[in-house]
Formats: sequence, C-alpha cells, structure tokens
Amino acid sequence: MLALIIRRLAQSVLVMLFVALIAFVMFRYVGDPIASMVGVETRIAEQEIMRDRLGLNDPVFMQFLRFIGNAVQGQFGISYRLQQPVSELIMSRLPATIELAFASATIALIGGVALGVFTALRQGSFATGAIMAASLVGVSLPTFLIGIALIYIFAVELGWLPSFGRGQVVELGWWRTGLLTESGLRSIILPAITLSLFQLTLIMRLVRAEMLEVMRTEYIRFARARGLSDKAINFGHALRNTLVPVITITGLQLGSVIAFAIVTETVFQWPGVGSLFITSVQVVDVPVMAAYLMFIAFVFVVINLIVDILYFAVDPRLRVDGGAAGK
Amino acid sequence: MTEPLLSVRGLTVEFPTRRGVLTAVNNVSFDIMPGEVLGVVGESGAGKSMTGSAIIGLIERPGRIAAGEIRLQGERIDGISPSAMRTVRGRRIGMIFQDPLTSLNPLYRISDQIVETIRTHLPISLAEARRRAIGLLDDVGIPDAERRIDDYPHQFSGGMRQRVVIALALCAEPDLVIADEPTTALDVSVQAQIIDVMKRICADRGAAIMLITHDMGVIAETANRVAVLYAGRVVEIGPVRDVIKDARHPYSVGLMGAIPKLGGDAERLTQIPGSMPRLSAIPQGCAFNPRCERVFDRCRVERPEPIAVAPQREVACWLYDEPRSDGRAHA
Ligand SMILES: Nc1ncnc2c1ncn2[C@@H]1O[C@H](COP(=O)(O)OP(=O)(O)OP(=O)(O)O)[C@@H](O)[C@H]1O
Ligand code: SF4
Ligand SMILES: [Mg+2]
Repeated sequence: MLALIIRRLAQSVLVMLFVALIAFVMFRYVGDPIASMVGVETRIAEQEIMRDRLGLNDPVFMQFLRFIGNAVQGQFGISYRLQQPVSELIMSRLPATIELAFASATIALIGGVALGVFTALRQGSFATGAIMAASLVGVSLPTFLIGIALIYIFAVELGWLPSFGRGQVVELGWWRTGLLTESGLRSIILPAITLSLFQLTLIMRLVRAEMLEVMRTEYIRFARARGLSDKAINFGHALRNTLVPVITITGLQLGSVIAFAIVTETVFQWPGVGSLFITSVQVVDVPVMAAYLMFIAFVFVVINLIVDILYFAVDPRLRVDGGAAGK
Repeated sequence: MTEPLLSVRGLTVEFPTRRGVLTAVNNVSFDIMPGEVLGVVGESGAGKSMTGSAIIGLIERPGRIAAGEIRLQGERIDGISPSAMRTVRGRRIGMIFQDPLTSLNPLYRISDQIVETIRTHLPISLAEARRRAIGLLDDVGIPDAERRIDDYPHQFSGGMRQRVVIALALCAEPDLVIADEPTTALDVSVQAQIIDVMKRICADRGAAIMLITHDMGVIAETANRVAVLYAGRVVEIGPVRDVIKDARHPYSVGLMGAIPKLGGDAERLTQIPGSMPRLSAIPQGCAFNPRCERVFDRCRVERPEPIAVAPQREVACWLYDEPRSDGRAHA
C-alpha cells in the first residue's frame, strides 16, 4: 500500500512537471512578457535592461527551473492586467470556486446515486423511463443553455432566486464564504445546480449500469437465497459493490467540476477562478493563464491520489495483496 | 410412512421467448423425506438448476412457474408473498451454488456475511451469532476459525470458500439444503472433502439434501435416492442402489455406463450417441426417441409419463407400460 502511494506520488510529480513545462512555454513564448508589462513608449535599451533583470536572457533551462522554483512557492508573477501578484488574485477567487464546486459535486453525487439506484431497482417502470429520457437531455444540452434557462425561470419569471453574484459574504480569515448568509445561500443554488447537472446525469447512468450489473452477480443471488431483506441486499451488498467504480469517476468529475466552472461562473457572474481565467484570456494576461493551468492540473492530481487511497478503504482485495494487486 | 419434507408436484417452468414458449422444466414431481439425500442428475440443460431455483423461488424473469405445486412440510411455498418467501430462504431451505469464488460478496468479511444471515432469521444477539458462526466454521473444517472469521473471501482458497458457503447455507439451520453442483468449480483433489463435509454437517443437523450434479460417482456415494432428468422431465427416479444396478430407462442405462440388462445381446454402452435436444426442438412423443436404441412407434407419437415399476421406482418410458413390463416385447 505504501509502495503504491509512493509510486502514485512520483507519477503525480511527473504530471505536474509536464504541465509546468506547458505553462512555462505559454508564459515565456505567448506574447512578449516585457512588452506586456511596460508601455510601448519604453525604449528598447530600457527593455533590454528589464529583460536582463528578469532573467529572460538566461538559458531557457535555467528559466524553466526558476519557473518551477517559483511555482512551488506559489509565485506566478504579476498579472499584466491587474498589476497584482497572480497568487493573491487566485487565492482571493478560490473560495468562491471551491464552494461552488463542492455544492454542485454534493448535488451531483447525492442526486446521481439516488436516481441511479432508483432507476436500477425500478427497471422498466414509467418513472425510470422518464428519468432516463430527461438525463439524455441533461447530457446533451450545453451548460450555458441550462444556466440561462434556469435564470429565466427562477430569477426572471418567478423571481425566487438571484441570477448573478455571490450575495453577501462573510470573512473567515482569508476565506470569504457565501455559505453563512441567506443571500449567499440563495445565490449559490442556481449556479450549483447548473454546474451539477452534467455530472449528476453521468453519475446516475454509471450507478445504474453498475447496479444492474451487480444485481446479476452470483453473490447477490446467494444473498437472496439466504433470505436477506431487500434493504440489506440493495443498499448493503449491491450498493457497496456499485460504489467501487463510482468513486473513481466521481473523483475525476470533481476535478472537471472545477474546470467546467468556467462557463457557469461566466453565466452567473460568479467571482471565482473560472471567471478570472476568462477575463484573463480576453486580454492575454499570460501569468494568470499559466497559473490557472497549473492550478487545474494540481486539483486533478490531488483528487486522483485521494481516489486511489479511497479505493483501499472500500475494496479489501487491494489492501491485503498490497502493491502487486493494486496495480 | 412419514410425511415428505418437500413435495414437488407437476412443476413446470416456462420461458416465454419471441419464438414461442420454452419449457425448461416439464411436469416434474418428486418428494424429499426429512434427512434424506436426493441426487439429481442429467446432462447440461436438463433443467436441474431450474428445478432448484423454482423451489427456492429464484427463477429469473422472464422465466416463471407455469404449473405445479411445491410444498414444504405440507405448506405451499410457490407463489407466496416475497416476505413469506424470505422466511423460507435461508431459514428453512439453504442453497449452495456452484462457484464459491463468486458466491461470496468480496467486500464483506466472512463474519459479517454469516452473522447477518443468522440475525436475519434468528432472534439472537450479535455476540451469540458470532459465537455460532465460529462454531460453524469450525464444523465445516476451517482451521483457526476464531481468527479466520474476520478475513475477506479472497483470503481463502476455493475449497475453503466453498466450506464457508456451506456454513452460510446452514447457519440458520434449514431443514433442506439444495446444493447445485457444489464441487464442479473446485479442484478435483478437494471435491470429495467438500462433499463429505456437506454430507456430515447436514446429517448432524438432520437436514435433507437435494444434490444436483453431473457426477454419478458422487451420487452413488452420497445419495439415498436419485432422480434422472432429461429435457426438463424426470425420466427415472428410485433408490440409488437400485437405479445403478438396474437402470430401467434407456437414458439412465446409458448414463450409468452399464451393460444393458434389458436387451438380450449384451452390448456395451459407454456413451449415449447424440445430444439432448434444444428446448425449442424437443421431438414429439418421448423426448429421448431420436437417441433411443429401443424406440418404437408409440414413442414418436405419445409422451410417456412416469410409471411405477417397483416400490419407490418410477420410469417414464413406454417399455414399461404393459402388463408384461419386462420390456422385452419391443426389443
Ligand atoms: N433466460 C432463459 N431463457 C430461455 N431459456 C433458458 C433461460 N435460462 C435457462 N434456460 C434454459 O433452461 C434449461 C434448463 O437450464 P438449467 O440451468 O436448469 O440446466 P441444468 O440442468 O442446470 O444444466 P447445467 O448442468 O449446465 O447446469 C436450459 O435448456 C436453458 O437453455
Ligand atoms: S419411451 Fe421409447 S423412445 Fe422413450 S426411452 Fe422409452 S423406449 Fe426409448
Ligand atoms: Mg445447472
């Protein structure tokens, strides 16, 4: 188990190095960093001095090492647009994105598992047919359309919920949360639902398929033959086995929830990292873009690690045979 | 004579398909006495498993019991409510499936699976259930049961797992155990041990066994009576010794690999030529007629029902329908 985790950690470091390389190339070669930092009126000679001072004339390899060294310390330079350290910018936007991501991941997970189990157990019923049809729509409609439709119905027509922003926020140290005020909670509902729908349908379909598969296994038949109750069979034996693959997908989905948040944050003017990224792309604010790339990669890598460890917690077969079987 | 523990009458299991209704079990009747071991043999697809599944109410859709009665200690158990059926399964009829590698839930400890089953059926405390589970594992021959009970299924070998399955089938003390090819998936070297364990532990508890198998050798050593199934029907049933020594139905004769005693010329039948018809193509009359060496006109038209040929013995074959039921008439 320890060997496996160490191996996974090593893999994670490799992945991060690779992403750092891409981010570095983007940072260094998309546009001219000096030209972006200074006005056009600065003279060539002065620019050359800056170039030297910033180390842009050093060998590329040295520059890459420095880039990584800085990245490890959380330093990604200064935003061209806002003239603020990128790390500060991202940290100030992070709480909004994380709260949104967790709210929608929770909705997706609970809703997806519940509907998946329901449709698997009520195979062939009218409700199942309706849910499956609706889920097809959910998968195929683009996020922004769903967001706009929800805004139209619940904000414009019914006027129940706000259509943009985070509402009132409360400072908890550096973390600014919207989950402690009524307007904050009301504000997160629509974007969280919008962001969750795609993952929800995905999880639901996965749970349903897995559950149907598990229900056909011999050990479920044997559990029935022993006279166990439906509840024990469906929610104990079957669901637990269903969750093994669901954990992986859900974990990865949490990563993509954060990544997909770009669109939702834009539609709902949610002040998170995603909307920061979009505005940065519009003005080619390369340091922010590079840092965002690293950030998303980091999120995926960490989630992957957690998923691997969760596997061990759920599946005893991996635990005992150690690294060999865990592969 | 005592009342039978299990009494199956006219059991018929059908599968509606697009190309018509398939009858997997056709008008099957037999009894199992308390404590008795009934062997059930037949080729693959003969309907052995389906008969077992019907008894315990686990036929998968679209299959269904189309006719017949199943009585356990005189009470109907076919077509009863799901909750009533749950008090039969595990508690009064235990089931052992073929493959111990897939019968146990891989994510649950052995202890959890046994204790859960015991506590579903018997009103005893957790500690007491655990004590019983350990005792039972000990009985089925799991060494160091006290420690091994908290292991997961994958930590046991195939033979050991089948012992665990036997313990699970018996943990709520059923009166009947249906064992569907309990050793087919195991190493030849442990098959005999498993059969012995099962037989001993059922005998200790007075549980009857319905032992489904391909292996006549196992039946010869284990069963009191044997039912031979062919294409969904019982073609011969009787005490094991008699059927082995003196099989009457031409199919059983072939199955026993014996020298046919009915015919005058002693021709050795090592193997029956041909194969069992598919359910969609069962011939008219006797289902065995295309393969039967002693087939005659009537066999191709009328379907034989079981005929009593001796005390406790029935054979479904027209050879035995006449008063001069020595069978020689048509040889
Ligand atoms: N879902 C189904 N639809 C149609 N026919 C089926 C279905 N399931 C089983 N059957 C048929 O029912 C018949 C009886 O099957 P059963 O499993 O009882 O045979 P068996 O005697 O146990 O054979 P084996 O020795 O291979 O286990 C077979 O001919 C099989 O093809
Ligand atoms: S009924 Fe006829 S075909 Fe069938 S087994 Fe008897 S002799 Fe053979
Ligand atoms: Mg079978």
